[in-house]
Amino acid sequence: MDALFLARLQFAIVTVYHWFFVPLTLGMSILLALMETQYVRSGDETYKRMVKFFGTLFLINFAIGVATGIVQEFQFGMNWSQYSRFVGDIFGVPLAIEALLAFFMESTFLGVWIFGWDRLSKKAHLATIWLVALGSNLSALWILIANSWMQEPVGYKLENGRAVMTDFLAVATNPSIRYQYPHVFFSGISTAGFFVMAVAAWHLLRKKSHSELFSKALRWGLVYGLVGTVLVTTAGHFQGQHMVETQPMKMAAAEALWDTEQPAAFSLFTIGDMKNRKDVFAIKIPGLLSFLSCNNFHCEVKGINDLQAEYEQKYGPGNYVPNAMLAYWNFRFMVGAGTLMLFLALYGVWLMYQKKDFRLHHKFLLLTVWALFLPYLANATGWLFTELARQPWVVFGLMKTEEGVSNTVPASWVMLSLVTYTLLYAILIVADVYLLLKYARKDPDEESEQPESPAPSLVGVA
Amino acid sequence: MDLNTIWFVLIAVLFAGFFMLEGFDYGVGMLLPFLGKTDEERRLIINAIGPFWDGNEVWMLTAGGAMFAAFAQWYATLFSGFYIALLLMLLALILRGVSFEYRSKNEDPSWRNAWDWAIFIGSFLPALLWGVAVANIIRGVPIDEHMNFVGTFWGLLNPFALLGGVMFVAVFLFHGAVYLTLKTGDPVMSRAQATAQKMWIVALVLVVLFVVYAFASTGLYASGAAYLPTLIAAVALILAGVFLKKGRTGWAFAMTAVTIIFVTFTAFAGLYPNVLPSTLDPAYNLTIYNASASQYTLKIMTIVALIFTPLVLIYQGWTYYTFRQRLTLEHEMEY
Repeated sequence: MDALFLARLQFAIVTVYHWFFVPLTLGMSILLALMETQYVRSGDETYKRMVKFFGTLFLINFAIGVATGIVQEFQFGMNWSQYSRFVGDIFGVPLAIEALLAFFMESTFLGVWIFGWDRLSKKAHLATIWLVALGSNLSALWILIANSWMQEPVGYKLENGRAVMTDFLAVATNPSIRYQYPHVFFSGISTAGFFVMAVAAWHLLRKKSHSELFSKALRWGLVYGLVGTVLVTTAGHFQGQHMVETQPMKMAAAEALWDTEQPAAFSLFTIGDMKNRKDVFAIKIPGLLSFLSCNNFHCEVKGINDLQAEYEQKYGPGNYVPNAMLAYWNFRFMVGAGTLMLFLALYGVWLMYQKKDFRLHHKFLLLTVWALFLPYLANATGWLFTELARQPWVVFGLMKTEEGVSNTVPASWVMLSLVTYTLLYAILIVADVYLLLKYARKDPDEESEQPESPAPSLVGVA
Repeated sequence: MDLNTIWFVLIAVLFAGFFMLEGFDYGVGMLLPFLGKTDEERRLIINAIGPFWDGNEVWMLTAGGAMFAAFAQWYATLFSGFYIALLLMLLALILRGVSFEYRSKNEDPSWRNAWDWAIFIGSFLPALLWGVAVANIIRGVPIDEHMNFVGTFWGLLNPFALLGGVMFVAVFLFHGAVYLTLKTGDPVMSRAQATAQKMWIVALVLVVLFVVYAFASTGLYASGAAYLPTLIAAVALILAGVFLKKGRTGWAFAMTAVTIIFVTFTAFAGLYPNVLPSTLDPAYNLTIYNASASQYTLKIMTIVALIFTPLVLIYQGWTYYTFRQRLTLEHEMEY
């Protein structure tokens, strides 16, 4: 295995792993801030216990997110030094701003929030969690500004074989970030909503005390999750349309659209022959892809074969087709998970609107517990899709991934780092899940360690 | 002063801040298994840095980000060249960051003991490896005409670099022990104080050895710019021990902080205008000019840094003020 393949595999593993933890941090920081605001405004101790309960889960999750984030900053220099040399003038800027403007704020005030319950006034303490929420979400913004430049390079010129920034505002307001940021922001909101829903539903299934706290938490989670899911899908739709314009190959791969169609049909299920770039078996809805791409049922959507020919004209001979199978299935898992989340949240909010007692809806509660997997699936496949389907480019149209890899780092070093990161990450996720389960099952009132009450059955109606 | 020099100074300040702040965190982490005899004492030691360690670590990430933005060629050569050393450091830092949060969330003594040693390793390795890295940067590494590192990992473990690593460990141990003397109650305090007094001698000896070695075998003092910061660091280090003996712990801590800041400034002053000298040919040196970003990028970054750095200093200062209290075993522990 060559260094390029290993470096790519490593990037995928450490980035997706990092991204298991970050969306919850993004969405939950705001939700905790809202809960604590409610506590400060109403004085209702239930909300304080709610903040403390979910705050502990937030911190267990946060720790790994932060720790694995360090690798993200370092690996550009370590594994992708040629990329770093090429883009440093532009790409390094949002990373440095992220650290200075956002990450400092997030980390510093999180420390104050954890340790400051008894040392600050209620309002000052509330302010610290809002600053954590602001810091973490600003941090995501600047990281995505950097990523957006890889999707859609703007505000630069090429000089001595390197990209040089000519317009900082253009980089910071990249058209791509206007679609990407809302999509990621609301994915965080929906992840946090579904997380709170799942934990609350689990407790309600136990039919024990504290149903008041968890009934409230479930309603908070539902509303938050619904808002997040509606907006993440909406943002995703517009982002897709933007990509049809700017990275048509990515969307053609997402749809396994081999040839240009007018009107274009949407594939529900395709088994494709990647070598000959044609369908083996497919179920399609006529005209729907045209509608999704440009809001009418008749427009032309370009296919992989035509785009390949077009790119060869533009960029010279080469293969400009990403792995269509990976793109297609990652895209479908993302969209599928999002759709299921949307239905579940709508159903839950409908139940809530009918003033139903959730404890009588075992099936809904069970589904809600298991639905916790959905946002994680969508978050991971979403990133895999957008990065894999940009290939062969690392910076779209400017630099191929194979040109960006470190030229002095032998494959054995990359292998060593790949293996050691993976091992360490595996150990950490075991500890993480163990603690999350331990604290998610805790009774919010029991300060001391008590034997946990029996868990509800999660496979059938209890 | 041109923008390249301003950024060289800013990165020096970021590293000085990082070593000064994380220095006591690392020191405390290394001392944890030895100064904390019981679980409660260990919790006390961890909680003494609890509100701060994460904010302190951001100094490193900001320094890294600033290197990438302002001197991308330096960042690329250094990080790909020091690959194995950085890998070890990253593994240690990941483990360490998680340890603080996870350690006390489970009662099991073997769980807690395992995370305590993770904190030790997670503090010791980065302290050692940063010292090795800084010494190698001072000494220079094999860099070819394409700015590529052409040395080996073992080549980075030369005697001078190892001395640098051991010196960093000793200075951080001293700094951390003084911090614990300042921030904890007995019995941890008196143990920390006794350790600090021993570490003072060790740190002093190693700093002197390092300076002599650097003077004899590297270009650190060639330009003369490194003399003044070395002198300040040395005086501060001596005063730190004197204050400690007199029981003026606050002043002793201020002096260890000044020592670390000026050790860092010594390295940067001696390097200027290089950022990474080549041992193959001085013509291949990475400098603040051939490794830098464009003037436009440096200008943007200068504006950003001038606005936000003071803000960070103010609110981080506020957190130290908020949690200025000495922690004792009677306090409630979060970690």
